[in-house]
Amino acid sequence: MASSYDYDDASLDSRHTRPPSAGQGSAGTDQGYDPNFVPDSVKTFVVHLYRHIREKNVYEIHQMYDGSFQRLSDRMFRESPWPSVEAIAPYVDNDHVFCLLYREMWFRHLYARLSPTGRQRVESWDNYCSLFSVVLHGVVNMQLPNQWLWDMVDEFVYQFQSYCQYRAKLKNKTEEELQLLRQYDQAWNVYGVLNYLQALVEKSAITDVLEREKEGLEQFAATDGYDYEGGTSNVLKMLGYYSMIGLLRVHCLLGDYHTGLKCLAPIDISQQGVYNVVIGSHISTIYHYGFANLMLRRYVEAIREFNKILLYILKYKQFHQKSPQYDQILKKNEQMYALLAICLSLCPQNNLVEENVNSQLRDKYNEKMTKMLRYDDEAYAVYDELFTYACPKFITPSAPVLEEPLTNYNQDAYRLQLKLFLYEVKQQQLLSGVRSFLKLYSTISIGKLAAYMEVDEPTLRTILMTYKHKMHAVDGDGKIIPNADVDFYISEDIVHVVESKPTKRYGDYFLRQILKFEEMIGELDRIKMD
Amino acid sequence: MGREQQQQQQAAYTVEQLVAVNPYNPDILTDLENYVNEQVSSQTYSLDANLCLLRLYQFEPGRMSVPIVVRILIKALMAMPATDFSLCLFLIPEQVQMEEQIKTLIVLSHYLETARFRQFWEEAAKNRSTLEVVPGFEQAIQGYAIHVLSLTYQKVPRPVTAEAINIEGLSLDKFLEYHVANSGWVLKKGHSRSQLMVLPRNEFNHPELKKNTVDGMPFEHVTRIFPILS
Repeated sequence: MASSYDYDDASLDSRHTRPPSAGQGSAGTDQGYDPNFVPDSVKTFVVHLYRHIREKNVYEIHQMYDGSFQRLSDRMFRESPWPSVEAIAPYVDNDHVFCLLYREMWFRHLYARLSPTGRQRVESWDNYCSLFSVVLHGVVNMQLPNQWLWDMVDEFVYQFQSYCQYRAKLKNKTEEELQLLRQYDQAWNVYGVLNYLQALVEKSAITDVLEREKEGLEQFAATDGYDYEGGTSNVLKMLGYYSMIGLLRVHCLLGDYHTGLKCLAPIDISQQGVYNVVIGSHISTIYHYGFANLMLRRYVEAIREFNKILLYILKYKQFHQKSPQYDQILKKNEQMYALLAICLSLCPQNNLVEENVNSQLRDKYNEKMTKMLRYDDEAYAVYDELFTYACPKFITPSAPVLEEPLTNYNQDAYRLQLKLFLYEVKQQQLLSGVRSFLKLYSTISIGKLAAYMEVDEPTLRTILMTYKHKMHAVDGDGKIIPNADVDFYISEDIVHVVESKPTKRYGDYFLRQILKFEEMIGELDRIKMD
Repeated sequence: MGREQQQQQQAAYTVEQLVAVNPYNPDILTDLENYVNEQVSSQTYSLDANLCLLRLYQFEPGRMSVPIVVRILIKALMAMPATDFSLCLFLIPEQVQMEEQIKTLIVLSHYLETARFRQFWEEAAKNRSTLEVVPGFEQAIQGYAIHVLSLTYQKVPRPVTAEAINIEGLSLDKFLEYHVANSGWVLKKGHSRSQLMVLPRNEFNHPELKKNTVDGMPFEHVTRIFPILS
């Protein structure tokens, strides 16, 4: 278990825990892989998928994409790639766009189950370029399931992150790999990645769509982004929509939290929206949104959103057990509990956390949270451990220096973010002490409190001001938002404490009980006595 | 003068627009650097433009200019209590943060973040040459100090104020007079005949002013029991 806290490369991503190769004498072991051999089942698969796409049958496309593709992968391609695109092209009229889509899935499968070579990484980049160019500049009239379009954006960003990690580990690269890095220095270039995402957002005019939706002039969330009546393609529009979430993620990976949140701003996450239709998109949005807010010291905002999504996952994860994303869901779930534990340790706001989420949190992190309140060396170790476990996989975006001596710099970006985070923790180290004293008094003199804290009076005044400063967030518009559970003010030499009591929500409580009883009565009515 | 300001505003508008249209375009790097200098001389500020520049530096470390980064960081300090300074640091590679001037600014930021104003002003005095480049620095930090004081105090002793804003004696009297006239401060005698400043009430130093979140209920929740009530 402890090993999973080590921050390493992409191979830790749960998607990369390769299935145990022992056991099952799987059909497609590597020696046997012939890229040109197309089994009948694959033939049937591509023929049907191609037909459904041409007929714009979103339901069937989704079944094949989400179901059949996984089943075939599990059965026949556990340890080898799918047949090459050239081999299947004849069965789909050599359709250019279909071939691009097929290759996108082909690479995704390869990344998930095998390790891509340097050349394959470059080829996958080229494929995304061609695919996005068709969407941006061509006329696309397909209707594709949201799940698939989300996966495309998500995978695009993931492969970018993975490439940055890959090229940052220069030490053990072969001469051939280095040559490849030199030759294809534009592959997964950070400008390219950001500009594709940005172009998708702009070309799709998605922000206008969302604006018009707010004014009631256009339907978007109501139809999950599909156009049921007009039948116009949803592809560009949805790629644009998901690209906003992709941009949030890329900016988080770069440590640019302010810009990340700005990219997401057109999506109102306080409302139900298209972003939470596909669970992967829902989780990615909130995870990065919460993390960015944590780094911006907007703890209450982070706590509120983590609480909501953790409750959601708790309720609905059972429906995703068979999904290929299930491991990923669980992993992000655990990471968000760790982030929630950090937020609550820095800014206790337990009344914002729902009961069930709270009991999960206590199961997982009670001991660690107690430690974190102490702010000694052991406490820093816990902050370090949880941050390391739960943070995004930060990247260094600049091109590698391909001159001797070759070094590994894949951890640099992570180390910087960790260091700055721990610096913040250190600045807050005396706050939990002062908080626990304040809780005991309604008024206390500066002198007395200073004696309890074992500091002199001027120092105590700085601690109290630090408490006030750190417990107030500044929102995007520069507004000051109070975040403290225990508040106070000083009048001359006396500290007056005001504890904000959690207001009991009687209204909601009664409503819930009324519904519960009604249900019970209904059930009793249905029971027929013999 | 008026015309000059107008021109500056126009220029500001175009650079902001440039950033909005080309957030990921290395060609605007020089414009953004010039814009940092312009913000310094005209006492304006744009976090978005400066983050955009730091981002371009992050993508092309070879083009990084330390003097520009220093100016951005000083400007970010002046934006406190906002977290702009950390936002900038998140984007600046560690070895650049080892530069002497930047190390100093990090120390200064630490003092401000932990409200240790006395140490802050001492350290600032030692580094006047770095900070002097940016006009308005002192006033901006005094503004932040007053912000923190008014979050914390209803009535603040004179020496505490003096230390936080680094003004004493007659200048302090003048400063206080100004705030009595313009910001609603009231001067009073405290217990030990020392002077006290009564700061204007706000929801932070009078927590009872905080709007009570009413036990309201969204309409949709109530509608759920309509079938039962009917």
